[in-house]
Amino acid sequence: MLSRVADSLYWMSRYLERAEHVAVVMEAHLNLMLEHDPGSAGARWARVLACLGYQEKAKGDPFAAAQEYALDQIVRSIAAARENARQVREQVSSEMWEELNRLFHQSKRIGTPKLFSTQPHELVATVIQSSHLFQGVTDSTMTHGEGWQFIQAGRAMERVQQTTRLIDSHFNEFFGTGGDRANVAEPMEWIGLLRSCTAFEAYCKVYTAELKPERVAEFLLLNAEFPHSIRFGVDRLRGSLEAVYQSASRRQPDRIVKLAGRLTASLSYTPLEEIMGNLHEFCVSIRRLCGLIHTGLYQVYITYPIESALEV
Amino acid sequence: MSPGFDTSQTGTADFQNYWFDKAYDEMFASEGVPREHYQALHEMLLDLPLTEMRRRKLAADIFFLHQGITFTVYGREEGTERIFPHDLLPRIITNAEWETVERGLTQRITALNLFLHDIYHEGRCLAAGVVPREIVYSCKHFRRQMRGLSIPKNRYIAVVGTDLIRLPDGRFVVLEDNLRVPSGVSYMLTSRQVMKRIFPELFRTAGVRPIDHYSEALLSTLRALAPEGRPDPNIVLLTPGVYNSAYFEHAFLARQMGIELVEGRDLAVHDNIVYMRTTAGLRRVDVIYRRVDDDFIDPLAFRPDSSLGAAGLFNAYRSGTVTLANALGTGVADDKALYSYVPKIIRYFLDEDPVLENVETYLCSEPKERSHVLERLDQYVVKAVGESGGYGMLIGPYSTANEREEFRRRIVADPRNYIAQPTLQLSRAPCFFDGSVEPRHVDLRPYILYGDKVTIVPGGLTRVALRKGSLVVNSSQGGGSKDTWVLH
Repeated sequence: MLSRVADSLYWMSRYLERAEHVAVVMEAHLNLMLEHDPGSAGARWARVLACLGYQEKAKGDPFAAAQEYALDQIVRSIAAARENARQVREQVSSEMWEELNRLFHQSKRIGTPKLFSTQPHELVATVIQSSHLFQGVTDSTMTHGEGWQFIQAGRAMERVQQTTRLIDSHFNEFFGTGGDRANVAEPMEWIGLLRSCTAFEAYCKVYTAELKPERVAEFLLLNAEFPHSIRFGVDRLRGSLEAVYQSASRRQPDRIVKLAGRLTASLSYTPLEEIMGNLHEFCVSIRRLCGLIHTGLYQVYITYPIESALEV
Repeated sequence: MSPGFDTSQTGTADFQNYWFDKAYDEMFASEGVPREHYQALHEMLLDLPLTEMRRRKLAADIFFLHQGITFTVYGREEGTERIFPHDLLPRIITNAEWETVERGLTQRITALNLFLHDIYHEGRCLAAGVVPREIVYSCKHFRRQMRGLSIPKNRYIAVVGTDLIRLPDGRFVVLEDNLRVPSGVSYMLTSRQVMKRIFPELFRTAGVRPIDHYSEALLSTLRALAPEGRPDPNIVLLTPGVYNSAYFEHAFLARQMGIELVEGRDLAVHDNIVYMRTTAGLRRVDVIYRRVDDDFIDPLAFRPDSSLGAAGLFNAYRSGTVTLANALGTGVADDKALYSYVPKIIRYFLDEDPVLENVETYLCSEPKERSHVLERLDQYVVKAVGESGGYGMLIGPYSTANEREEFRRRIVADPRNYIAQPTLQLSRAPCFFDGSVEPRHVDLRPYILYGDKVTIVPGGLTRVALRKGSLVVNSSQGGGSKDTWVLH
């Protein structure tokens, strides 16, 4: 498959996952806000902004800033996903293109600041539903070949990175370091985190509705069966990278597969106690490895120099 | 009246605004009397309630939008992507009429291909005075780089779209040839898909000849032109990229044929071999169906500022390791000044009379013809020879004095660049405008493939000037399309 095509499919998938992630986080926190102490709203929205990747210091009302930023992220990510799909229009199935195109036109229609400030759920629900639909359509209409694997890799990469950032910032805020467990926040915050990862129902099925930070961490980081957990995402990422490696049958050493293996190993074999001992450090190492894999992917499959390919 | 539809409340499409004048009417033989092959459509229009017609029109529009069947308009700031305007009612051609068209086009394309080979080799037709040398050598699409170069099967023009119009007496004549990178075939194919969804009952009764095999025919045409010794050629479609007005079509065709859609940046040339960059390393390319103009194909051989092609591509082409379709330099044969010599070219190379005639054409480079035109600018259509897409045109009867003055100046300054043709009454076909059926002018662009043999899928793209009274059918100038049916 053409390198440019792999590039576009990978980013199409990442951007759509990003739009969905922002939508889910917004949904969870908008919900939380309704029944919550107005005094803490400012801090919460500042945190939401931070874990959505907002770099600058928010000016004015953090809630308004978060809404503005989230809307912008959602609309732009959808446009970027569609633009990437448009670049490889002939590689995605017509059904996929139709779904993405429909989402794009709809998000332009209902994704206006005015509508979003009064009826955010309309856009948020549309994005989440459409993203799910798109995944289903992708799985059932596209050949599960190399292109499909790049799509899977893109989604897993984005999901792992975003979720890690979310967990990191949340535990940093609500889970005291060292032995100090006194400032364990009220259950609503943990529900908020789980909802931000679409994980509340699934968590309850495994651990019942009793919320404990360690269990939340275990579930979100290490559960092998829940699609939004880090472990699950990392396993998927590794699976896709191995499949890409097989189908591209390259002279290149399996550098990326090894990196992915390291990542899965650290999630499969590190005991929870050790992780909880320094959760922040653990999250940073996951994201660093993800970054290395991303760079490696480009060096091996997409932007390799021609001379190196001719030597074979 | 068809059962199940209650027409008493809503009425049916009305023909109040239908008019007749000198132009040939595709649907009616005379007022109120439809031609035999239009009878089924006419009856349906009298039968179907308006609400149902509107519903179908809406369904068609939504299909086009969701499929992303759009084109890009240059020279305007707002919305670059627009849906291709589509009219609901098919344009219908009888099989007998089609046979003449098919015979005429086959003849014309065969002759033009021989002509191209000749001017880039011995130049017999130039020596014999069939075509003046200065017409050929002054054409900006003449590529001296192609002199003496042998290409597979001597096939210069593999993919052609020729524009035909129908005169008031019902004859089809050729308005222009498109021998470089003709577009629009994807609209022909998708509008057929839409029509099959929208009017299944009409299809069942009418007996429409299929066109679905176009992509397959295109692929085997390209395969036939592969360099020797490459039994399983890697065929790609080279597009200028996603911002090109015809990008939708490029993607569409690549997908239909199951070949890679490549951009210039996907290609690399090394030791006169063209490669494409894949995730599994470099892969050799054998045939390029290029939708990039000559000028942009290779910055080393042509325009140095172009990044749409690949550096070194032309040298690889010269050395015969890769085939380009169409060949380079074919534009000399669709130059509007050369056009007037095509009947002579047909007689010279094939020793036959042309089946399809030309439109009467005046060359402004000829002093006598020029003064004839300049005296009667308000009666003629003046065209720049190298332009296409309806740009650079003066339509005399609809022009203002200022526009005529402007063209007079341009013609005098550069006479070789202009031709004039009488203002023709293009035939008209019925169109559906939210309830009323009105006639609009149409042309016809059949698509011709020339690999081992000439293949033409029955029909083509009918372009329609949707603006009332307009004669310009180009999509960039307010034109739309219709599905074209050739009956069994």
